Amino acid sequence: MHLLIIGNGITGVTAALTVRRLDPAARITLISSESAHHYSRPALMYLYLGHLRHQDIKPHADWFWAENRLELLHAEATALDTAAKTVRLATGQTLTYDRLLLATGSLTRYAGWPGQELRGVQGLQGLPDLEKMEQATPGIRHAVVVGGGLIGVELAEMLHARGIHVTFLVRESRYWASVLPPEESALVEAQIRRLDIDLRMNTGLVEVLGDADGQARAVLTTAGEELPAQWVGIATGVVPNLALAQAGGLETDQGILVNRLLTTSAPDVYAAGDCAQHRAPEAGEVPVEQLWYTGRMQGETVAHTICGQPTPYRRGAWFNSAKFFNLEYQTYGRVPAALPDAEKSFCWQHPGGQLLRINFRPAGGNGVTGMNTLGIRQRQEVWEGWLRDKTPVQTVISQLAAANFDPEFFRRHEPAIRREFGRQFPDLPLTPAPRRGLLAALRG
Amino acid sequence: MSPSIASSIALVPPPAQKIPLFQKVALSAVAAGLLALLAAAGDAEPGRARLFMYAALALVSAGTLAWAALVFGRREPGVMQDNLWRRASTSRGAVAWVTGLVLTGFYVVLYWFPDYLINLIRTLDPFSHWLRHAPADQWFLYGTFYTLAVLLMGGRALWKYRHSRYHLIRTCSVMFFQLGFAFLLPGLLLAFHSHEFYFTYFWPLKYDYLFPGTVQDLLHNGGLGVFMVFWSAIMSLLATPVLTYFFGKRWYCSWVCGCGGLAETAGDPYRHLSDKSRGAWRWEVRIVYTVLGLIVLLTVLVWLGASGRVPAMRFITNPLASFYGFAIGAVFSGVIGVGFYPLLGNRVWCRFGCPMAAYLGLLQKHFSRFRISTNGGQCISCGNCSNVCEMGIDVKQYAQRGEPIIRASCVGCGMCATACPRGVLNLENGPREGRYQASPFIHADSLRILS
Repeated sequence: MHLLIIGNGITGVTAALTVRRLDPAARITLISSESAHHYSRPALMYLYLGHLRHQDIKPHADWFWAENRLELLHAEATALDTAAKTVRLATGQTLTYDRLLLATGSLTRYAGWPGQELRGVQGLQGLPDLEKMEQATPGIRHAVVVGGGLIGVELAEMLHARGIHVTFLVRESRYWASVLPPEESALVEAQIRRLDIDLRMNTGLVEVLGDADGQARAVLTTAGEELPAQWVGIATGVVPNLALAQAGGLETDQGILVNRLLTTSAPDVYAAGDCAQHRAPEAGEVPVEQLWYTGRMQGETVAHTICGQPTPYRRGAWFNSAKFFNLEYQTYGRVPAALPDAEKSFCWQHPGGQLLRINFRPAGGNGVTGMNTLGIRQRQEVWEGWLRDKTPVQTVISQLAAANFDPEFFRRHEPAIRREFGRQFPDLPLTPAPRRGLLAALRG
Repeated sequence: MSPSIASSIALVPPPAQKIPLFQKVALSAVAAGLLALLAAAGDAEPGRARLFMYAALALVSAGTLAWAALVFGRREPGVMQDNLWRRASTSRGAVAWVTGLVLTGFYVVLYWFPDYLINLIRTLDPFSHWLRHAPADQWFLYGTFYTLAVLLMGGRALWKYRHSRYHLIRTCSVMFFQLGFAFLLPGLLLAFHSHEFYFTYFWPLKYDYLFPGTVQDLLHNGGLGVFMVFWSAIMSLLATPVLTYFFGKRWYCSWVCGCGGLAETAGDPYRHLSDKSRGAWRWEVRIVYTVLGLIVLLTVLVWLGASGRVPAMRFITNPLASFYGFAIGAVFSGVIGVGFYPLLGNRVWCRFGCPMAAYLGLLQKHFSRFRISTNGGQCISCGNCSNVCEMGIDVKQYAQRGEPIIRASCVGCGMCATACPRGVLNLENGPREGRYQASPFIHADSLRILS
């Protein structure tokens, strides 16, 4: 079998590794127009910050690919013929396949703003974007970042580290309002403001103004203000990269349409990761998932189907993590931005800036449904078990120490969290904390 | 998209760094201090040389601490490594080569041409008489500089890592053991006419502590000497395995040891320079276990010789001991180990050469509760953990497969856990059962990722 994979991001590479494991004889070719080798997309910011070099963000050393017989082609695929089972490259070369996986990822979403084509206006989605940013930002004094999500805060951090004044435009009334509850948003906003970043809520982009050379010089905001900006970062989301799928006549909507086995409308053609849109997502799930973790899981799933072991995509319990400047964020399970009627929410905050939120459902035994933390680390395996078993929130609070993943000698917050829970939910009595230490062991 | 994108990213000129005025003043004080040191070294008039020396120590100390406070103290606590790979001093640039050359040169002069240091040594006579009731020598000069480096750069580390109590306590620990047990106490012992003894160095690193010559010497030294022999034997043969079982080799390498202490403080700016490649790992295994084998063999042979059962053993052991002392003790641990900090990273000696690290490493790998846990499936393969690993472990290879990190070389400095932007890594002591268990969130492939 010759498996052709378009895209060498986390989805394509995970699929390639899994197929290699399941089918040692398969011929596997990875094609990417972006880079010769797979690299960690979330690590792009660390190149700009000077924490890492390009070779440091490659998850595998260069010898890895040949030793595992994974053929790499650094080229752009421009045409797809699903009847003849061929892919044509920009070089004119034509490749045949038995199975084809489209893992083409996303592109920056532009909302059609006047002036968005000016020099100095860009997103941050891949190495070419980083290259552009490296060339455009030295020597500039003012930058504007548009969009209150994860890429936006990364861009703000990158520019801030170079001493560039950043104005951060967020259209919603609070940071990442579609995902975070208000307390979490407030903590992140405080973190951003502490670093003298000009954070403007309820403010969107109207137009980018350029100079005579076609270079951005200012932006016009929905508040009617003109802000100087020699560089404008667009971080209002991403859209699936559909170019090759559309060239091949596949059914697409927002993304490449796939069923639960991640197969597309054409035989032996699969799609996974950012570029795929699920025709029938499970209840409460989004049709297009654009995360590193979901990309990895979809890549692993589709590899099984490709190797003749049809496996429907099931994501399992949701999890995600991020870091907002110095503030770490983890979430397990589901914590919607607005609390559903059937759920209650316990939220503990420490004056030092840490936060723990646990959502639970009173109907059916107060089982936990999700958790957010800021500034403290929690163990995923333990939470996975609690969420799967719908463990009562009282039990979770009592045994919270088992989920602690903070380094040794860090301040332990469990006693304070127990007290706060007792204050917020006096009608939910806690079981005594499990005893630890030598005395408890002796007593059996 | 041009195929040269990866290479061109490296070619983008780094942004010009604007160094604030006060930082320049602090760095100038350090430079003036180093100049005063040169003046002291060249001045045969003892009174003036001493003045130069005191000025040098004051300027370097004040300058270093002020600079660290300005650079790190004014920023919000957190990971501070902006421009690490863009500064000439920390990315093998011209400044690094000059620093490496100066350090290496100092070791060469110290070991083989101490006469050039005679003026400097004499400036420390009053201090040495006060502490040790003996005139200063080249090793007292070296010990003073070494301890000062650990304390001053330890101060820098305390500023830089103040968001982590693990690093605060660990840094205080290495500063305490260097000052107390590797500098003041040996001096005091000398003052009381005892054997100059280091309670924090053990066989096989301080190999002669279990050689028959040293043992007999100590045993003739009264009760304290007997205790020293007892201490050496217990620490090497009993306490080391027991402590390593409970805490991993970190209890020694990044909490107590003087070599580790210098690496964690003065060497901290260079930790990312250690080679993470598979080839470097292979050389590490080849060299470090050879050194351990060599010193074990030498120890056995000298005891055999001392027992008198094998005649003329000294014709083998004497040249072997001289060779070991020169090649491993002087050239490897000193000249290369510290001199090459700015080029090869801060743990070259610990990783490739130290027999104690090899011994601790075998214990850690096979008989320990220590591991670095990976938190589920949350690794994003960003590479920050591997970057800061001073022992050259490619940490992300384990983390991205959801596996715990159990490596003989890991000294447990904890920097990978600190640098991880997703809270994925944690140093833990736990039951040995299931120690190698990977996370169920990543279905680790059986590919040859490491071999």
